[in-house]
Amino acid sequence: MTPGAAHGGTTQDSSERGAAANPAAAVKENELPAHAHGHAPTVSDPEQRVLDRIDRARRRRPRVREERITMSHGSGGKASQTLIEAVFLEAFRNPLLEPLDDAARMDVGASRLAFTTDSFVVSPLFFPGGNIGDLAVNGTVNDLSVAGATPLYLSAGFILEEGLPVADLTKIVSTMRAAAEQAAVHVITGDTKVVERGKADGCYINTAGVGVIEHDTTLGVAQARPGDAIIVSGPIGDHGVTIMLARGELDIEADVTSDTAALNGLVAGLLSAVHGVHAMRDATRGGVATILNEIARAADVGVVVAEKDIPVRAEVRGAAELLGIDPMYVACEGRLVAVVDNAAADAALTAIRAHPLGAQAGIIGYVTDGPAGIVQLKTAFGGTRIVDLLVGDPLPRIC
Amino acid sequence: MRFVDEFRDAEKAHALAARIAALCEPGRQYKLMEVCGGHTHTIYKHGLEDYLPESITLVHGPGCPVCVIPMGRVDDAIHLASQPDVIMTSFGDMMRVPGSKGAFFDAKAAGTDIRMVYSPLDSLKIARRNPDKRVVFMAIGFETTAPSTAMTILRAAAEGIDNFSVFCNHVTIIPAIKAILDSPDLRLDGFIGPGHVSTVIGCRPYEFIARDYGKPVVVAGFEPLDILQSIYMLMLQLAQRRSVVENQYARVVPWDGNVVALKAIGETMALRPYFEWRGLGFISHSALRVRENYAAFDAELLFNVPGVQVADPKACQCGEVLKGVLKPWECKVFGTACTPETPIGTCMVSPEGACAAYYNYGRLRRQRVPEAAEASRS
Amino acid sequence: MCLGIPGEVIELLPDQPDLARVDVSGVRRVINVGLLCDEPPVPGEWVLIHVGFALSKIDENEAAAALQFLESIGKAYEDELAALRESLIE
Repeated sequence: MTPGAAHGGTTQDSSERGAAANPAAAVKENELPAHAHGHAPTVSDPEQRVLDRIDRARRRRPRVREERITMSHGSGGKASQTLIEAVFLEAFRNPLLEPLDDAARMDVGASRLAFTTDSFVVSPLFFPGGNIGDLAVNGTVNDLSVAGATPLYLSAGFILEEGLPVADLTKIVSTMRAAAEQAAVHVITGDTKVVERGKADGCYINTAGVGVIEHDTTLGVAQARPGDAIIVSGPIGDHGVTIMLARGELDIEADVTSDTAALNGLVAGLLSAVHGVHAMRDATRGGVATILNEIARAADVGVVVAEKDIPVRAEVRGAAELLGIDPMYVACEGRLVAVVDNAAADAALTAIRAHPLGAQAGIIGYVTDGPAGIVQLKTAFGGTRIVDLLVGDPLPRIC
Repeated sequence: MRFVDEFRDAEKAHALAARIAALCEPGRQYKLMEVCGGHTHTIYKHGLEDYLPESITLVHGPGCPVCVIPMGRVDDAIHLASQPDVIMTSFGDMMRVPGSKGAFFDAKAAGTDIRMVYSPLDSLKIARRNPDKRVVFMAIGFETTAPSTAMTILRAAAEGIDNFSVFCNHVTIIPAIKAILDSPDLRLDGFIGPGHVSTVIGCRPYEFIARDYGKPVVVAGFEPLDILQSIYMLMLQLAQRRSVVENQYARVVPWDGNVVALKAIGETMALRPYFEWRGLGFISHSALRVRENYAAFDAELLFNVPGVQVADPKACQCGEVLKGVLKPWECKVFGTACTPETPIGTCMVSPEGACAAYYNYGRLRRQRVPEAAEASRS
Repeated sequence: MCLGIPGEVIELLPDQPDLARVDVSGVRRVINVGLLCDEPPVPGEWVLIHVGFALSKIDENEAAAALQFLESIGKAYEDELAALRESLIE
């Protein structure tokens, strides 16, 4: 009898602590049939058959079953993904589109470029920490940065509602200019349309962005490998909660502001300091949980994160508890998730923390070799649960 | 967060887990039911089953007020929402519950004015701000939520608001527990009693379970340590051959409940002679309707509600899952035809439903704590 | 649906007897305390919040007692662990 067994939890606990620092231990935990603890796995054969059936069902070809578009299709979760794969990817399919990363990468002449597009439909237009304008510039810059590109040029198309105060538009545009200066990019082309009162909620903005890839790295979530460290650059959920509260329908007051920011400086610092960054993602709609699932799916690996290592501000946690939502699914607008080779993890963390926007960065977990496609969370309490893709839409229209 | 974080301390959990394991009689299997959907959610969200020995099975009960709403009532609600000048307001939990022609979500996409609210008071606010519209509040929930609906009706009456009404689907917990106890399919050893329902009804209503059926009941809080401590208290009773009602959640639950809340319910609502529960069939005196003297706030009287009974889809086994007879994964369509994205039944839709909880959180190979007896043998 | 969150009462709204402002981890919200009218809460007391209403007061003594029980179990457990460790060394 091993000393741990008599106390029930102890063996498990030390292996869980081990899992945080050594992904190999986490991998072992899930191996069957023989493993360190010496007792048989507790999932019966019939249950396992069902779990296998479910796994196969989840890998089936996506199909949109609804007749009409619902708000879920815009939440960044399962429905969004299904829509993208079943409708857009189906129609436009080509090798450059298929990775479905934040930006597409293509070779033009002797240069390797990144190209992205985004639309911004946030309501309200102005909120603590920013407005639709800096969301638009920062969001586009970030999509290019996490693709490993130096952002260069943006387009800005505006759909304006009849009746929008020109002063509001001027304010939005001057914010965009400031954000562009800050990020060292230029808006070089644009478009304007006006629609009747009642449409466009004041103002919608569509952007496209182009950047040049200078580092010789292959970045993409499919590059994640077991053992890789997963780093988040700062506290999560600030933006989404700010928007929910700014809508004013919930009578909740809190000192939360949007975290909208351009991450190109931080990314440049990371990529020049460290080799071994396998992927980076901009944590927007759907939150960190969505990115973790994208990693697990694209690379066919497991992901294990620890609840206690995920940074969340107290007010964001409080608001989320009050509303019954999970900060892991709440949008950020100035945070990235980086997947980094185990050997480079500490150096990467140091490089990110060196930048003001990354001061509170931390390693939240690791890529493991199974069960594939599943994201597990070690709760602060010591148990384990799955973090699946979002179903439904708790936060409509936040970016 | 105060009164929350202290009850999520992992180290104390190990101590409790050891105690629980030590109380297991060798060779005996234990089935404990947690009645309340909120408990089901906590158990899966924190991975609590990892702390329990193999011989203890947690059976998930029918205390999920969304899960027990029959499809016909959802159809009725959508019918209400589709009436001219109606704004339907509802808790978020209801938005994806399937009726026979789709859920609120689908109706909303087709243009019906259905809005999510966090409180019935928000619904009243919408009524005040839209005097030319008729605002209906879809009232769901057990006795935990009924007082809030009641207070809102009283407020509407006091303010003379004439464009607000309630489509009342409140249900009561005791008849559901009794249906479980009388069900021949199930042999339970004890109950983890609902925490927040008990803040309203108190602990006395559960006494018949201990006295007449000989099963211990422990009213439990919602943090992981609350639930573990409650399981410990149940196991202790079982080991000592006692069966009484105990209150683990004494910091929130008063033994006599909330008299003001019960009065508000009594003033504005009355028990229906019977009500259909999805999966459990018709149960007498198990649900509330708006009282006659508040008829001006009763959507069922103000509007013509079709009231059609809709049979559950043949494949759906929600009833057996709600009674705890089937585990979620034992349902034939679990995870394949019925998923959180494409739910057939309510157990999969509600965040508190056993199937949703298991699918979203628990779908893993588990490692459980070994029993002390087994451990000492090795 | 059973979602009940503890919050601290910051102030009772002067012109609205049934309403109080509560704080949950730095987030403030106005809720209805009408269900506690027999013993209205005062600033500094904690209540359980459910769908915009306070359902019950949180009894600090009971909370302390619950935590103490958990501590004692934890302590006894630590003692046992220590004893076990010592006994293994031989």
